[in-house]
Formats: sequence, structure tokens, C-alpha cells
Amino acid sequence: MKLHLKIWRQKNRKAQGKLVNYTLENVNPHMSFLEMLDTLNEQLIQNKEEPVEFDHDCREGICGQCGVVINGNAHGPLENTTTCQLHMREFKDGETVLIEPFRAKGFPVKKDLKVDRSAFDRIISAGGYVSVNTGQAPEANSIPVSHAIAEAAFDSAACIGCGACVATCKNGSAALFTSAKITQLAILPQSQEERKERALNMIAQMDKEGFGHCSNTEACEVECPQGISVLNIARMNYEYNRASFLKFKK
Amino acid sequence: MSTLLRKIVMAATGLFLCFFLLIHCLGNTQLFMEPEQARLSFNAYSHFLTGNPLVKLISYVLYTSIIGHAVYALLITAKNKTAGGIYKKDNRGRASKWYSRNMGVLGTVVLIFLVLHFQNFWYVYKFGEIGIDANGNKDLYTVVVTAFQQLWLVIIYVTAMIALCYHLIHGIASSVRTLGLFHPKFVRWVHAFGVAYSVLICGGFAAMPVFIYITNLNS
Repeated sequence: MKLHLKIWRQKNRKAQGKLVNYTLENVNPHMSFLEMLDTLNEQLIQNKEEPVEFDHDCREGICGQCGVVINGNAHGPLENTTTCQLHMREFKDGETVLIEPFRAKGFPVKKDLKVDRSAFDRIISAGGYVSVNTGQAPEANSIPVSHAIAEAAFDSAACIGCGACVATCKNGSAALFTSAKITQLAILPQSQEERKERALNMIAQMDKEGFGHCSNTEACEVECPQGISVLNIARMNYEYNRASFLKFKK
Repeated sequence: MSTLLRKIVMAATGLFLCFFLLIHCLGNTQLFMEPEQARLSFNAYSHFLTGNPLVKLISYVLYTSIIGHAVYALLITAKNKTAGGIYKKDNRGRASKWYSRNMGVLGTVVLIFLVLHFQNFWYVYKFGEIGIDANGNKDLYTVVVTAFQQLWLVIIYVTAMIALCYHLIHGIASSVRTLGLFHPKFVRWVHAFGVAYSVLICGGFAAMPVFIYITNLNS
């Protein structure tokens, strides 16, 4: 099949970007979207042009590295999919496909389709961990965790941190990501000691990174490759209120 | 102030305004009574509301809530505008409801309506020229009935109530989430309750000008 591509090209963080037109012949419908971009880049390299830069890693839908906005949707037309798991059979022969980077104040464009998502790393660093003494690995069954709690925590932990929630949110809010990371730990017994500080610190860092407010439009859940529930955000609000209230009662 | 705290201010003031709407709507159902009975009853009720110190206190909370809700909406929207991305082609609307994305627009419509509404009745009652009924109370009923014999005003009121209804449907569900209700079952219940509450209140308010307009068509 043949595709007309309009791709966002931007030299660096400061540069003014623009959409550039490319035409790609012989696209195999079984290619993933990233393989299609690889094919384009091969063509560009052969023509001595600069290839299009984009993030990717596992190409199995679990690492959270890939992610672009395709025809106005984060990760493209399919709901709950990563860009690498999107295949060219979802597009029509001769279709024009518009590819842009994830856009938000918290995600500055580094080059072409590549954005700086290190804000997410800093949110995790602010509290998305459990402190334990080093030494021998503790006995795994010494702290009982019920099946329901383990499953609920894993539902939140399934977040791969791709940033589609931020790209989809009209407010550029990182509430879904931050709340999933807070919730997965808030409900496990091992992480109760730092529960209050974790919620307050991660939310403070989220704000510091310049992400917007959550206005509960719930668009993030629809586009999230893992279908992370917006109720995580409600849980984060609960954790925030609880921590804000309890911190005065030391 | 954290983004979450700002949203809590929106939720708290919004929920208070929702509660006020219920009382306001119930009180105004007196307009549906027989005209002569409605006049005395509605005017006596209005007089009671202006004289009572507790009601006065609540009215100050009400004014503060309206202003606070609007000011925080501006602060939040200003930040959201700079934080959110702008795309050359934007199809993100498929993932959410139009009224959830346009709470600011709906809120502005409601705020403009409120100015008109205050000018129509509140200002006239407090500072305007107004008659006296058989019991010696200010005759607000006549002001209301006279106003709603104008079709354009009825249309504006009904339109504003439709905007308010969508504003409330999102607002009630969203505010409770902001306050931290995360249990899936109760979240579903609150959403259903919110829709019913919004439709009943706004339907009730919209019925008043329509009822008065229709019953006075021949006079």
C-alpha cells in the first residue's frame, strides 16, 4: 500500500518545527507503525536526508518508550494500544497520515517525534518507591497480601509510563500517571510507612514539572495502552486529602 | 497552592452551589400555585428570606462561593491552557464528553445568565420600584410574572438551564472524585444521582418561566 505522511520535523528543543510531506510506496499492511517509520528512514538515508527521530525500545507494547500522536490521537486510531502494537492494516491505501510528537508543557520536544519525558522519572524519584534496609532479601511470605489487594495493586502498576495520558489531556495533566504510581503503593502493606510523604511529595513534584490540573474528562483512560482506570486519580485525591489532614497530627 | 487544592476549592464551592440550587428550586415551586395564592405565598417567602439573619449569613457564603468558583475557574483554566498541547490535527475529542471538555464555556454562560438573573429580580427587589401585596410584602410575584411574559426572556432562561444542566452533570461527578471518592460502586451511584439531580433541578427551573408564559398567554 501507498501512504502520504505528514511528519513533524524539529531540529532541536529551541527550533521552530514544521510538518514535512513524505510519500512511502510498498508499505506492507502487516508492518507495525514503527516498522513503517523504519522503512521511511531507510529511504531517507539512501537519499542522504536526515532520518526522522522517534523513541522506541521493546516493540512488544510493554516498555512505554514509543508514542506519537497519529491523526490527532495518542498512539493512533486504536484505543488502549501502544504505537508499536498498531499495524498498518488499520490504515487505508493512499491515506494521508499525520504524525506529531506528544505535546504538553511537561514534555518538551527534543527532536522530531522525540520528547523529553524525564519529568515522569523525577515524579517517581520524589516518592515512588519503598525504602528497605539492604542485606539479605526478606522472606517473601512474612507479610501476607490478599489476592484482591495484590491484583488491585497490579492493575495500577500496569502503567508503563508512556505519557499518552498527558498527550491526550487537554490540560496536559499527569494525574493518571502520578495517581497510578501512588495507588499501587498506597494499597500494599509494605509501603505504609511512607504513605503520606509519598503522596504529598509526588504530587508536589508533578505540579513543579508544569503539568496542568485534572478536570476529570476521563480521556486519558480511553487512550491509555494499559487502560489504567481514572479511579486511580480519585484515589490520589483521597491520599492527598488524607495526608494533608494527617500531617498536622504528628 | 497545589493543583489538587485548587480543584478542592472548585469542588467545595460547586457542591455548595448545587445544594443552594435545590433550596432555591424547592422554594420557587410556589410559582406553580393558583395565581392569587402564589402571590401571597411567594411574596411572604421572599420577605422571610430577606429578613432572617441566618439566611443573610448563608447569602454571604453564597456570594463568596459564586465569586470563588469563578475566580478559581479562571486560575485553573489559565494554567491548563499553557500546560496542554496544541496539535495540527486534533481528534482527542473522541475520548471524552463535550460538556466535560467545555466546563469553562458552560460556566461562562451560567455566569452571564446570573448577572441577568440578579438584574431581573434581585436588583429590582432590593433597589427597584416595586408594589406591595395585600399582606404588605413587596410584590415580587408580579415582577416575575411580568418578566416571563416576554418570550425572549423565557428562551434565555431555558437555554441557560440547559447549559447549567450539563455543567452540573459533569460537576457533581467530578467534584466528588476530587474530594477522593474512589470506590467503583459508589462512584457509579454518585454519577447516576448527579444526572438525576441535574435534570430535576434544571428541568424544574426551566418549567417556571415556561409555565408562567403559557398560563398568561391570554391575559
